Amino acid sequence: MTTNRETDAADGNAPAPARGRLKIFLGAAPGVGKTYSMLEDAQRRARDGIDVVVALVETHGRQETDALLRGLEILPRRTLLSRERPHQELDVDAVLARRPKLALIDDIAHANAPGSRHTKRYKDVQDILEAGIDVYTTLNVQHLESLNDVIARIARIRVRETLPDQVLEQADEIELIDLPPEDLIERLRQGKVFVPEQAARAISHFFSRGNLTALRELAMRAAAERVDAEMLSYMRAHGVSGPWPTRDRVMVCVHEGALGQKLVRATQRMADRLRAAWIAVHVQTPREEGLKDDAKDRIQETMRLAERLGAEVVSLPGAHDVASELLAYARQRNVSRIVVGRPRTRGLRQMFKKSVTHTLVDQAKSFEVMVVGNEEDTAPDTTPLAVPGLEEFKASSWKDFGLATLSIVFAGLLAAIAEMFVPLQTLAVIFVLPVLLTAVRVGLIWSIYVSLLGFEVYNFFFTEPRFTIAIENREDLFVLSLYLAIALLTGNIASRVRDQARASRQAARRTARLYEFSQRVAGAAGRDDVLWAVVHHVASTLQCRSLVLLAKPKSTKLTIEAGYPPEDELTENAAAAADWSWKHGKPAGWSTDTLQSSEWLFVPLRTASGIVGLLGVAFDDGTASLNPEQRRLLDAVADQAAVAIERTNLAASMQDARVLTETEQLRSALLSSISHDLRTPLVSIIGSATSLVNFGDKIPRDSRHELLRTILEEAERLNRFVQNLLDMTRLGYGALQPKRDWTDLRDIVGRALERLKRALDGFNVSIDIAPDLPLLFVDPVLMEQVLLNLLENAAKYSGGTDRIYLRAFVRDNKIVIRVTDEGPGIPENERELVFDMFYRVKAGDTRIAGTGLGLAICRGLMQAHGGTIAALAGEHGRGTTIELSLPRKEMPGAETTDEKSASRSAA
Amino acid sequence: MTSNESDVPPADENNPDDASELARGDADKILIVDDEPQIRKFLRISLTAHGYDVVEAATGAEGVSQAAGEKPDLIILDLGLPDFDGHQVLSKIRERSQTPVIVLSVRAGEAEKVRALDGGAEDYLTKPFGIGELLARIRAALRKRGDGVEPREIVFRKGDLIADLGHRRVTLRGEEVKLSRKEYDILKLLVINAGRVVTHQQILSEVWGPNHLEDTHYLRIHVGHLRQKLDDDPASPTYILTEPGVGYRLATDD
Repeated sequence: MTTNRETDAADGNAPAPARGRLKIFLGAAPGVGKTYSMLEDAQRRARDGIDVVVALVETHGRQETDALLRGLEILPRRTLLSRERPHQELDVDAVLARRPKLALIDDIAHANAPGSRHTKRYKDVQDILEAGIDVYTTLNVQHLESLNDVIARIARIRVRETLPDQVLEQADEIELIDLPPEDLIERLRQGKVFVPEQAARAISHFFSRGNLTALRELAMRAAAERVDAEMLSYMRAHGVSGPWPTRDRVMVCVHEGALGQKLVRATQRMADRLRAAWIAVHVQTPREEGLKDDAKDRIQETMRLAERLGAEVVSLPGAHDVASELLAYARQRNVSRIVVGRPRTRGLRQMFKKSVTHTLVDQAKSFEVMVVGNEEDTAPDTTPLAVPGLEEFKASSWKDFGLATLSIVFAGLLAAIAEMFVPLQTLAVIFVLPVLLTAVRVGLIWSIYVSLLGFEVYNFFFTEPRFTIAIENREDLFVLSLYLAIALLTGNIASRVRDQARASRQAARRTARLYEFSQRVAGAAGRDDVLWAVVHHVASTLQCRSLVLLAKPKSTKLTIEAGYPPEDELTENAAAAADWSWKHGKPAGWSTDTLQSSEWLFVPLRTASGIVGLLGVAFDDGTASLNPEQRRLLDAVADQAAVAIERTNLAASMQDARVLTETEQLRSALLSSISHDLRTPLVSIIGSATSLVNFGDKIPRDSRHELLRTILEEAERLNRFVQNLLDMTRLGYGALQPKRDWTDLRDIVGRALERLKRALDGFNVSIDIAPDLPLLFVDPVLMEQVLLNLLENAAKYSGGTDRIYLRAFVRDNKIVIRVTDEGPGIPENERELVFDMFYRVKAGDTRIAGTGLGLAICRGLMQAHGGTIAALAGEHGRGTTIELSLPRKEMPGAETTDEKSASRSAA
Repeated sequence: MTSNESDVPPADENNPDDASELARGDADKILIVDDEPQIRKFLRISLTAHGYDVVEAATGAEGVSQAAGEKPDLIILDLGLPDFDGHQVLSKIRERSQTPVIVLSVRAGEAEKVRALDGGAEDYLTKPFGIGELLARIRAALRKRGDGVEPREIVFRKGDLIADLGHRRVTLRGEEVKLSRKEYDILKLLVINAGRVVTHQQILSEVWGPNHLEDTHYLRIHVGHLRQKLDDDPASPTYILTEPGVGYRLATDD
């Protein structure tokens, strides 16, 4: 990425050295504390002895902020009288006259009242900076010009006071003042955010959580982009070598050629890989007017495609110099990479007129330029080329021919000139030069051609008899023979050096790609991430579609686990190839000897312990086979992918084993708890029933009645327990969805007391529900279960006391329900543990049945309602209070209840 | 749901009511459709002891054919049958007759209960239940079938409460209770269906109109006011009983 400043400096437009430094305090919205932070910073500077003045700061009467103004010199403002009312504006002249070291000026995006020096405050600030005065200022992100549309879309507010992005980019320092949306809304509620009266309505919409989150992200991004740019220029300046982990922006130059769409797609893939934003730019030149319609259509189509693929699409009105137009725009937008198409070459004409691509490559010193090829036979190579990157410039044979021939023509001319000064025989050396040149630039074949041509030219023009191919002089023959030998040898060596250089470059590139891939795979957390990284990497480096197939555990059937682009099903042929490859552990399908009719090529993913899956690739461009380079890459990726997949498999099976152990433990604890809780009431029921069956007529009538009552009570207890079990199971499976309805708590309490009539026999339950308690928005049946459990527990753990209290009231916008007993209570360190499903089981407490699950279920049910449950100390130094808390929900419609208190005792 | 049934064990059931019901020439015939033999047995014994004729069916198909063949006066239908969905059985029965049906369902099946009530069931009972509760439901359901009484002829009495629909007069301990129009309409609906559940939707649709079926909070508030005026503590109600997730029921004295 290139910052404007850097480029400007390179172009010689460096700002005057005396210019002051600009620091911007950037925030997501009003009220996050920008002014406050600015003043804090200013106070620090003032303490360091810096001459600070307050040129214009709005504290909106906030006390904390006001307090920070103390001790700072405050300049008077300029009062302007407009039609409606006086405006207080920044007095630029006063600041310039005062000449402090640092001036504080709030809200740089402010639009000045008519009659001011400038219409916008940022221009005032620029004047002040020009004068060598440092400025601290504040900015809300929604005022940034480039974000205007986004903001309008998000917040439905069109911001009128906008600030050009350059101002932010030119700032020497940006400090992001961040505050989470919740806190900001809270501040707004507490009246700590200044809101002008007339805007109150709009503002309340503006301050919605969604808006604030979006704005916050924008602010962070704006700041992060700057941080990136700063870091990058630092790294460049200090010679730190890349790659730099920064946010890139890629620009693709669209032209009317058929290559356009390919370019755009290649750029999209690259941008995806870099996680970078990208821009498709087209320069409209006067020449374009004369184009045929289908060429014009093609441009439009390409631009539409770019837009669909997520690019920002820009058309620049341009002059003849397209390249400099593009570069200027790239600089303006902080573009880091430029993608251009390889120019089409049409014979010799192209060699005299430089193409846009060449000009770009030559001039774009501070950009990485990627040239994407137009050849049909190979996949386009989008790898970054070292600038100027022309050695890879394999032109078509016409151009090679031209170059080679021309070089000889030049050599001939040179020789003709040289002939006037030096003896004839040494002229042959001159003809070695074009051979060397051709070998390095074009390749071996052409260097041989040049050697032979050179031989002929020398023979024809420079040996006696001239202008014949006959050779008269033995000396000439010797020189010519020597020349040919040297030329062929030199050409050979030079072209080999060139090939080696190219090979090592490719190797380095491959290593870099693999390194990048292994980094990504190593960083992937789960199996899905690994698979995604694999298919994505393969697809993007080989320019193909890719798949990973794995066998499900305990199955030999292969399924597609990941695909890029996503793929659901294989054709019959492809499935057969995959199957063969899986069974035999060898590649199969496209371009192999096995089942070639499959469009996919499958290679096994093999580790030391066997084959873990298959990697599939398919090319849509009609290529017949992989080239060796691609082949190597595929193999290397397959190896790494196999290891990574095995790693995640191992991790998963370890996790499974751990879960299984825990599940086993839970299950056995649960079983012992359940059997205990189920059996206790059954003992009483069976005992009582057998007594009645066997001795019914011998038992006195009162005792018979007593036994029957026991059966009934214990059966009811069993029923409650079973209900808890059911609820627990459903909670465990996440199947319990509260069916919420507006519910009167008194109703629920009444039902719970009714169901517990017998269990609470002998207890004095005191109910105190606040008269103004609103209706609850809960599932009445589930809430009843909660209260049932709490009341039952209170009775069970009453320790011989007979009072139970149920209170309900509103506290901090929450509905609080408390059930209190006067029993022995729960030790403080165990109060959280009682909500653990197996707490009682672990504690080995077998004294009282049926409580192991109750509180755990209550917690689950309360959580399902968005509420909480907690165990507290009792009310008078003894006993336990279980406190439920539910968020208060406003009823639709403004009807309120005015029921009187239902304070009353129920037995 | 439990248990406001009597604590009196069946062995002691010999109150005078039974005699009168047993003495009736044409005892009401009740069809029990339940797959659980133990439940059928206990129902048969208890209901026969109360003077009802009992017919049994163990499957839905059998139940449908018995409902047509035996022409029972009332059907007790378990919603959880092995062969048919209980709702299907209900709708098949409803195709041919208007015999009142009391459905049996488990707790947490509130949606199912409401669906059954909407599907033409007279009332419902949550399993497990006490026999007293069931008898009260049966009486209420049979009464409705038998009455044919115009609403304006109904005078409801329970404890200190008298609701005279003919004169639109509600008195508590002899003193007139001033009810708002909506409160009165709710009470009237409950009185007409005394002893039977009335769903939230039925009340909302009757009192507020079919466009207000979602406004359950209005209903809660007005029932709250009504209870307050009737001096009926929701935490231990005497008159208006809450059926959570389903509706309300006006308690009767029987």
